[in-house]
Amino acid sequence: MRILKALSVLAVLLAIATVATLAVAEGQVLLNAAGATFPYPIYSKWFDLYHTSHSNVQINYQSIGSGGGIRQLLDKTVDFGASDGPMNDDQLKQASVPILHFPTVLGAAIPAYNVAGVQGDLNFTPEALSGIFLGTITKWNDPAITSANPGVKLPSDDIVVVHRSDGSGTSYIWTDYLSKVSSAWQSKVGKGTSVNWPVGLGGKGNEGVSALVQQTPGSIGYVELIYAIQNHMPYGKVKNSSGAFVKADLASVSAAAAAASKYIPDDFRVSITNPEGKAAYPIASFTWLLIPSKFSDSAKRDVVKDFLKWMMTDGQQYCEALAYAKLPKEVVAKEMKAIAQIQ
Amino acid sequence: MATTPNAATPADFTANPRALLRRWTGADEIAHLITLIAAATLLLIAVLLVYQLWVLSAEARTRFGWSFFVTKTWDPVAGDFGALPFIYGTLVTSAVALLIAVPLGVGAAIFLAELAPPKLSSSLTFVSDLLAAVPSVIYGLLGVFLLVPLMRTTIQPALKATLGFLPLFQGTAYGIGFLTAGIVLAIMIVPFVLSVSREVLLAVARDQREAALALGATKWESTWKVVVPAARIGIFGSVFLALARALGETMAVTMVVGNNPKIAASLFSPGYSIASVLANEFSEATGNLYLSALIELGLVLFLLTFVLNGLARLLILVTTARGSGVLPT
Repeated sequence: MRILKALSVLAVLLAIATVATLAVAEGQVLLNAAGATFPYPIYSKWFDLYHTSHSNVQINYQSIGSGGGIRQLLDKTVDFGASDGPMNDDQLKQASVPILHFPTVLGAAIPAYNVAGVQGDLNFTPEALSGIFLGTITKWNDPAITSANPGVKLPSDDIVVVHRSDGSGTSYIWTDYLSKVSSAWQSKVGKGTSVNWPVGLGGKGNEGVSALVQQTPGSIGYVELIYAIQNHMPYGKVKNSSGAFVKADLASVSAAAAAASKYIPDDFRVSITNPEGKAAYPIASFTWLLIPSKFSDSAKRDVVKDFLKWMMTDGQQYCEALAYAKLPKEVVAKEMKAIAQIQ
Repeated sequence: MATTPNAATPADFTANPRALLRRWTGADEIAHLITLIAAATLLLIAVLLVYQLWVLSAEARTRFGWSFFVTKTWDPVAGDFGALPFIYGTLVTSAVALLIAVPLGVGAAIFLAELAPPKLSSSLTFVSDLLAAVPSVIYGLLGVFLLVPLMRTTIQPALKATLGFLPLFQGTAYGIGFLTAGIVLAIMIVPFVLSVSREVLLAVARDQREAALALGATKWESTWKVVVPAARIGIFGSVFLALARALGETMAVTMVVGNNPKIAASLFSPGYSIASVLANEFSEATGNLYLSALIELGLVLFLLTFVLNGLARLLILVTTARGSGVLPT
């Protein structure tokens, strides 16, 4: 008993000592962040590289999902958050200090399909995509699909719709796009990380959706562009608002952001789906870091500001190796100015 | 049981035995305390769990009330939530799983406990225990890549051709859905049924078998009419353990159930279960009402397990009383 007591006292003392040394170590800054899973590979690369060049800074990022990131930010259990969808007005009101949105990279969702006898890329019009996902277009040889694909022989098979079952930023981008191009979608379903899908099967994650699409004849689903690129999946072109059929790639996604940049509001809470511009891929979105505008700890504040600057300049060069589309320079310039709002 | 050291020392003329006795009764008390704490902790965890679910689901409970149980919509965008499709999906997939797993598990247990040579019995039991230790995501992956294509191309068309007149086996064969989820669950819970049933069958007294055989019963008659009824309560217990596992299974079900909150008579239809929707939507749930509705679903699952367990206990009580002739018929 006595030994146990002595040991526990020792352990407590040791713990206190460790914490104390950590706290007093010269200029050490530890930041905690949580949020979106989609940008996790590039974020962990950035935080790691930043730590290499600034050895006194350690940033922990938990990829628990956008919803969790927003909640933890509001509960102040993290220093900053990250989300695939911008915070809404209600959520912003709940924050004790104003929250700033900083776009970091771009993501996109692409239509993947499995149609008997079809080789090469299919063209999809917004009307075809919204009709398919609403359940009003049920056959592959529907005129809405065939008219955009002259020369392709489409079968009369039933269309099987596959969507994400888990709440995700990819679903947000997809439903945001459908809401913009179809008033029926807007009124019946709307946009969100999870929605009440009118038809279809749910697959868990990009891998779940792509497995279902690959296995089910006549199916169509949407997956994250990065996942499609890394797994060499074939996917379709989508008609943008200028009437051109564009295949998603890093350039056409960046072009979407550049095209949208002239009407990006000062708080960066903007949807860039269905933008103008001939080269723009229409189903793309920013992902954001959510930064409080006031830090009580000035060391943390300086680190966050410096990190944001680094991320928008040097950091962007690491995007394309990980298949993320870079921020266009118009957006970077605007964000650089916004950093001054952090106090 | 736990007497104080002083009271337990009547023989105090020699120092040594008294000290020994004191140590033993002291150990008794400590053991009593430790086990009591262990039991109390379990109770405390259960109470805290329900309390937390109850408190955190307050917003959804006040907003939807009892209609939460009968509403068929699940619309996170409009903020309209109902649990019915998820309750239905959970019950249907678990029922399919039990229908397949119980005959399989109990049958195998009877064979292994009563009929198989001991060597075969112990090695097969080892294999079954191994199956119980496989992570559920593995079963889910096997389901997606092996069972789903097989269901779509072979099993579901065959069922449609033979039993297609039943509403249970109609509609498009996607490969995923209630039936597939039930089959994957069945594979996962068979080891539980088998393992526990085998143990209780082995625990039936040797005298009973010998008595039956002495009365002229065949080996099978002694097994089926004497040993299995004697082990009935334990076998029921194994089934309820398996049911609890099936109700709460998340990953494997999510991967093959289709994740569509729909109530359909056909087992081919995609559906959804409570545990699956929690796993799918919890991390990205924004908005307090949405989150609170998900937590209320957790509460519903807890309640469902509670009610089913209660019914099961009632069933045991009724059948054992009748079987032993204690109650007048």
